[in-house]
Amino acid sequence: MSKFPKVLMATALATLTAAPALAEKLGLGRAATEAEVAAWDLDVFPDGSNLPEGSGDVFTGEEVFAEHCAVCHGDFAEGVGNWPKLAGGEDTLADDDPLKTVGSYWPYLSTTFDYVRRSMPFGNAQSLSNDDVYAIVAYILYSNYLVDDDFTLSKETFLDVDMPNADGFFVDDRPETEYPVFTERCMENCKPGAVEITKTVVFKGDPNAGASADEVETSAPAASDEAAAPAVEDAAPVTVAFDAELAEKGEKVFKKCKACHKVGEGAKNGVGPMLNGVWERAAGTVDGFKYSKPMMAAGEDGLVWNAETLSGYLADPRSYLKGNKMSFAGLKKDADIEAVLEFLKSHSQ
Amino acid sequence: MTDSSAKSGASRRAFLKGAAATGAALGAAGAAHAEGDPLITEVQDWAAGLGDGVDATPYGMPIEFEDHVIRRTVEWLTADTISSINFTPIHALDGTITPQGCAFERHHSGAITLRKEDYRLMINGMVDTPLVFTYEDLERFPRVTRTFFLECAANTGMEWAGAQLNGAQYTHGMIHNMEYTGVTLRTLLEEAGLDAAGDLAGKWVYVEGADASSNGRSIPMEKALDDCMIAFKANGEALRMEHGYPVRLVVPGWEGNMWVKWLRRIEVMDKPVESREETSKYTDTMADGTSRKWTWTMDAKSIITSPSPQMPITHGKGPLVITGLAWSGNGAITAVDVSLDGGVTWQEARLAEPGKPMALSRFYLDIDWDGSEMFLQSRAMDDTGYVQPTKAQLREVRGLNSIYHNNGIQTWHVNAEGEANNVEVS
Repeated sequence: MSKFPKVLMATALATLTAAPALAEKLGLGRAATEAEVAAWDLDVFPDGSNLPEGSGDVFTGEEVFAEHCAVCHGDFAEGVGNWPKLAGGEDTLADDDPLKTVGSYWPYLSTTFDYVRRSMPFGNAQSLSNDDVYAIVAYILYSNYLVDDDFTLSKETFLDVDMPNADGFFVDDRPETEYPVFTERCMENCKPGAVEITKTVVFKGDPNAGASADEVETSAPAASDEAAAPAVEDAAPVTVAFDAELAEKGEKVFKKCKACHKVGEGAKNGVGPMLNGVWERAAGTVDGFKYSKPMMAAGEDGLVWNAETLSGYLADPRSYLKGNKMSFAGLKKDADIEAVLEFLKSHSQ
Repeated sequence: MTDSSAKSGASRRAFLKGAAATGAALGAAGAAHAEGDPLITEVQDWAAGLGDGVDATPYGMPIEFEDHVIRRTVEWLTADTISSINFTPIHALDGTITPQGCAFERHHSGAITLRKEDYRLMINGMVDTPLVFTYEDLERFPRVTRTFFLECAANTGMEWAGAQLNGAQYTHGMIHNMEYTGVTLRTLLEEAGLDAAGDLAGKWVYVEGADASSNGRSIPMEKALDDCMIAFKANGEALRMEHGYPVRLVVPGWEGNMWVKWLRRIEVMDKPVESREETSKYTDTMADGTSRKWTWTMDAKSIITSPSPQMPITHGKGPLVITGLAWSGNGAITAVDVSLDGGVTWQEARLAEPGKPMALSRFYLDIDWDGSEMFLQSRAMDDTGYVQPTKAQLREVRGLNSIYHNNGIQTWHVNAEGEANNVEVS
């Protein structure tokens, strides 16, 4: 007991009214092994201490980022949909709508390294090598114009990087700036005259009203009726005409998809099902892929992938089929959708 | 696509359906019938026949008529439901204890399934002996049971920019209050031994979870030894998976993000880690672009849960119960005031029982409503002398770019029909 400061003990005892009396050690648990501590203790500190061996350069980072990160964070770390933007926002912190990114806001590079290594990619954490983590972080820095394209990140170069907002934080000062001010308990005549409404609620009803399940239920069977008819008539192997030039454009767009979906010779299921032959295929029917229940049900109800259904799905995957497991925000541009459909057609010969 | 106005009208009706249906039924029951109320004068099925036997539901669920009392999310707030939040239906609850099944959720990598048999807790860093505990080990330490609120730092965050969402559930529902059972963090740190840490002033513990997000946070040693708990029960039963089954950290009065779920590691160190959750998130940007960090405490706050947008007055003029919740991360609630006129005059409400430190208090104000419009506000006071500020007072200090720690006074505009809407007033 003597090792605790007196003040601390007083607070602790006052608050912990029903706390058990401090006793001798109970001898519970067992000693952690060095290997166990090493496996879990991955902390990296702002001064770079505890960084692992390894290194990664910007060019490698661009490739690794495109493979594992761009589906949510965009090819240039600019963010897709509601997913976090990792680049940009410099000098916006005092604006009305500040953009907080690794470059504009994060004070320490160690935080980025630590978070990528422990928690990314989303859904497949701790699958990257330390070299890949170094490379991804190097690429994020490059996307924020914080390093040149020939930069290699490692233990040795870690502290060479200047984080623009490193001095942008101060420790909680509410005890000085707020607590002494917020003490007045006025009971009568607290405001001059009657009050007026200055702001009314923006979302008046149910905030989820926009995303109705009805739309999904009615649109999916309707689309499938049309699609099912020609498939029955034409039992021969389907050959689909496609525009090669447009398909080539679509291949570029497909970069956003390929972290999860494979296509082409020998393509196998990954995070998402392989997409060879997706054209005119019933939804939820690739062998060996574990689909969501809603996707299986939609397929059984007749949902077939064609220009109309794929366009709808790719524009807004979550609303189109509620509860499906594709974690992709959707393609914003019609031209991108058109192109990627042409690309998928080209792999459905 | 289709007729969106018809759709949103329908949604609005569906949104209020639960409350309105209840009101209609009660109104009918209260009305006088010449021959008397058939619910009284006629023998009802339930009075003649038999109900369910025991064990009809081995684990009891609320009766079907309460199926609107559920957590709700706001789909467009986050990119997906895995790293997302939903809200406690505080508008429909009373008392102070939040049932686990409707206590809000906030995950960073989803709610994981972790068996007790697979659970391990490591204590390492500046301790005499780095240790590993199993779940069974934790149950053999001397135990404590205490009640605390947990509030997400982002509760009411949407409302910084003005009145946004229409309902106490959405504006103030990232809070719950449970009775936790577990072991004090101090007990476990003592077991590993703190001699190796030397002078404990300026030392930290880093806590992290077993899920993919790990959600690591640095906590000053003083707090760790004061009142933090390693909890494995809530409201008497095992934690729900969405709240960290089998073991979570309890950090009384401090922002919910620090209450690490699926707690797997506690490290004693001489400096904070400066993790993602304590730098890029959970920091508060001021008007000049600089940001407060380590804003751990949740300041005193209150909310009228009924009447409120999801709980309109359906009985017309006359006796009306105004009720709500108040809490403070700095201590116990000592009083709550309610204003019917948007903050010009205030009257003290009744506390259901004396405030407990860092736990929810329930307040009531019983009035005779004359049917005129009201601007309902509540204001909490705690035992440090703090008085809950207005949103304007907060904005004066912090500007408009803050997200977290919005504990400003909320206003509900109640019209003559008894409908309530979220507003801000002069």
